[in-house]
Amino acid sequence: MSKWKIAWRSIQQRGLASTLTVLSMALGVMLVVAVISIHGLVEQSFRNNSSLGYNMIVGATKGGRLQLVLNTVYYLSQPVENIPYSYFQEFLSAEEIEAYRRAVGTEELGEPRDGKFRLFTKFAIPICMGDYFGQFRVIGTTPQLFDGFVYDLANGKTYEFDAGRNFKTYSEESGYFEAVVGAKVAREKLLEVGHKISATHGDPEGDLHDEHPFTVVGILKSTGTPVDRGVFVNIEGFYLMDGHAKPVAEDPRDVPARPPVPLSVRPTPAWDEPGDQLAADTARNYKPLTVSEREVTAILLKTVNQVVTPGLMNTINEGNVAQAALPVSVIYGLFTTIVGPIQQVLLGLTIMICVVSGVSILVSIYNSMSDRQHEIAVMRALGAGRGTVMAVVLFEAIMLSLGGGLIGFLAGHSLIGMAGPTIEANTGVAIGFLDFPSTKVDEYVDVTGLINVINALLRGVGLESIQGLEVPTELWLIPGLVLLAVLVGLLPAMAAYRTDVSRSLSANP
Amino acid sequence: MLYLNDVKKSYLEPNGNVLPVLDIPVFSVDACEQMVIVGRSGCGKSTLLHVIAGISRVNKGSVVVDGIDIAGLSESVRDRFRADTIGYVFQTFNLLPAFTALENVTLGMTFARGRYDPAWARQLLDRVGLSHRLSHKPTAMSVGEQQRVAVARALANRPKLLLADEPTANVDPGNQQQIVDLIRSTCKEENVSLIIVTHTPEVTEQFDRVVRLEEINRVRTLMEQPAA
Repeated sequence: MSKWKIAWRSIQQRGLASTLTVLSMALGVMLVVAVISIHGLVEQSFRNNSSLGYNMIVGATKGGRLQLVLNTVYYLSQPVENIPYSYFQEFLSAEEIEAYRRAVGTEELGEPRDGKFRLFTKFAIPICMGDYFGQFRVIGTTPQLFDGFVYDLANGKTYEFDAGRNFKTYSEESGYFEAVVGAKVAREKLLEVGHKISATHGDPEGDLHDEHPFTVVGILKSTGTPVDRGVFVNIEGFYLMDGHAKPVAEDPRDVPARPPVPLSVRPTPAWDEPGDQLAADTARNYKPLTVSEREVTAILLKTVNQVVTPGLMNTINEGNVAQAALPVSVIYGLFTTIVGPIQQVLLGLTIMICVVSGVSILVSIYNSMSDRQHEIAVMRALGAGRGTVMAVVLFEAIMLSLGGGLIGFLAGHSLIGMAGPTIEANTGVAIGFLDFPSTKVDEYVDVTGLINVINALLRGVGLESIQGLEVPTELWLIPGLVLLAVLVGLLPAMAAYRTDVSRSLSANP
Repeated sequence: MLYLNDVKKSYLEPNGNVLPVLDIPVFSVDACEQMVIVGRSGCGKSTLLHVIAGISRVNKGSVVVDGIDIAGLSESVRDRFRADTIGYVFQTFNLLPAFTALENVTLGMTFARGRYDPAWARQLLDRVGLSHRLSHKPTAMSVGEQQRVAVARALANRPKLLLADEPTANVDPGNQQQIVDLIRSTCKEENVSLIIVTHTPEVTEQFDRVVRLEEINRVRTLMEQPAA
């Protein structure tokens, strides 16, 4: 019979006290798990998603950089102000402007010329925001965002479609009114390719843009990024919604500056009439806005290299039109200066709860020692050494601690599972019962040798080598709980060790 | 099997005085011998068994069990030696309440070197008539059954010497003889030497050899007593 079984029997013998002790520890561990998991997963998700293929965001000067990043990358904060479309064109080459002009089919996009920042950027993608589809953000952009765009540079991942295709700048079927939806949007709104959707203006409860619906032409595969929660519409269609054109008083044309501007003589919106063909005909008749009427909420940039990044950012920030932010450093700063210390305090408090729970194990076992002196003496008389009875008591403390830890782990993740929807609504990070934050082991200990061994084994079976070793962060709880149990179990274990066998046997049990 | 030579055991009183409790010039028990030690309550019978079992250390003299002087062994070696060589039946049975009958028997095997043998434990419990009570805990068993489990536990490690400390003291008269018969017969079958401590005359008179623990000049010593 193993010492573990002897310890287990002792725990069973004191069922109620053991249960209460375990629950006390479980409560502490549950809170630790919740704090570690929620913070770890949110941070992991924010950091992973802070650079979806681009490394700089340009937006209006009003509002801080954090707001710009949260709004543009995570679709969380509110857009404050826009920047002129002409400023966006400063990041494009003459060829790019001309190609886009042709795709849109308008002469109103200004003279093609090389923008002053074009040499510093690999690409520039415009983003327009402000509308909602239900609780989901509607993002006006160009097809470039999904045309073979690598959003995960480390793993070479591109956006893929679960159904349909990318939207086009202009299509025969739907004109400027095509949309692509993220996986979560499609799932929650039961959208399929071919469905027509209309956005609300400025707010989920705002006025419905019933000028013209967008046709869903593609549903993205899940990416685990905020893109899953986005409704991406053709920016040209977005501009044609009511209230999306910048009022231009000096516009020489007679048409009012409030698009959409249907060239059709039909006074009523096409979707009120039966027949898709009619809708397509009407859609084709909308006239794209002029440059002066256009604005963008933000621009996603990828600089040609890291060397030019600071200079470009400074140049943009020195002007009074826009500000530039590096999402990775903004998010890093957010977590380092604000979220991190709060998390440390929370973690400290929850660890204190665990220590208090550990003390309850100490009290529970120590209080039982006077009752168990006789049992220990019997075991000693049967031949158990002092070390054996000491080990049994320590094992008992470890089992109570780890048992509480296991229950706390499950309860913590259940809590996370239940809080997941609320967390997602507030942070945009999807957290489920089975999500575990991970830690790079080599940040704490030198595991080069271990990694070499693992790589040798992997190569032996024809698999790719690993660069580092990551383990679930919560795994650190196991040695922590064992250490805590040993510390609190030491006092009663010493009492067991010092048991006077002869005297205890002589005393009545 | 057992040889005590010039054994002296004393306790230090709180006031600093030394209280001698045992002074045994010579005492021996042969292999497979069965004998009884008698004496009035509180005369040190249990202390003597503790000394023989190596639970208590003597101040002077040698305690030779199966050819080994356990008085000179370290505590950890004595513990292991006790587990391997000596079986112990307590007055109050001392079964551990958290364990089943079978587990109580195998518990002793855990502490001995290479003796863990659940099949043998089952066999022993069968021999004491408890094969149908293997999974019962002590609280679900009668006093007589508990003492039979205690006998099985004492024999679990195939000891050379069995020490029984008033094994019938808490058993009703109807069960007393059964317990004594059980201990004696199993010791005989297993070739185990037996020392029973008792103050029950009905038990004493069944043994050929009786030794009395007497106090002479405030020191207790063993005196051979003629068989009845």
